[in-house]
Amino acid sequence: MKTNDVILQTVTKVTVFIIILFSLRLFFSGHYTPGGGFIGGLMTAGALVLLLLAFDLKTVANILPIDYKIVTAIGLLFAIGTAAGALLFNVPFLTHAFDYFTLPILGKTSLHTAVLFDTGVYLVVVGVTMTIIQTIGVSD
Amino acid sequence: MTEIVNYIIGFFLLAGGFLSLVASFGVLRLPDVYTRNHAASKSATLGIMCILLGTFLYFYIVHGIFNSKVLLAIVFIFVTAPVGGHLIARAAYHSGAKLWDKSVRDDLKDKEKYDRQHS
Repeated sequence: MKTNDVILQTVTKVTVFIIILFSLRLFFSGHYTPGGGFIGGLMTAGALVLLLLAFDLKTVANILPIDYKIVTAIGLLFAIGTAAGALLFNVPFLTHAFDYFTLPILGKTSLHTAVLFDTGVYLVVVGVTMTIIQTIGVSD
Repeated sequence: MTEIVNYIIGFFLLAGGFLSLVASFGVLRLPDVYTRNHAASKSATLGIMCILLGTFLYFYIVHGIFNSKVLLAIVFIFVTAPVGGHLIARAAYHSGAKLWDKSVRDDLKDKEKYDRQHS
């Protein structure tokens, strides 16, 4: 018997956006409040897993044509690049810096290079989690 | 002012705790999967929403912190918990969980028979 998933799919369409927004909020608030790259990446991966549960692998691959192994590689590149960038300024490896900038909309904002490192962590966590789950999922 | 607010917050927290307790009693005492699922998904959802609303009011009025995460959690639980209950009940029905022996009607069974005859 063909099951009808219309309730699950409709609710998924609404909640995936809430989950992804909350994961981005956790990611950006990591410096001053609980959160950061790891938990933000895990929650983004959780939203993608919810999409995988409500729809099938092929539909999700159509919506997001991303190779998650490349996402992992880009994340590692971000982390290494941030760490190695410190060497250009004649300071030890992984030295971070921050300064205050006046941005058009946000006004006075402190930008920190640790966010770039955190972006690397975020991408690696999303990539690894989605690679594991998709690899397990297509075993039939 | 603060005294009245304290009573309102206390009412929400106690109501939430009471509804969660009612949900757990329902899960223990009701006879089959579907009635237990009914108790768990409805009463516990309202209970958790009451507790979160009390938490939000406490932090907003007493401490002056507007915690939008709690409001988002209320909306999120309100949207997702009934769907979870629906999916559990449907999975139970399709895997053949028996209805309570005193139930009198099962329209979904008639529908499945109808589908089999007309396909």
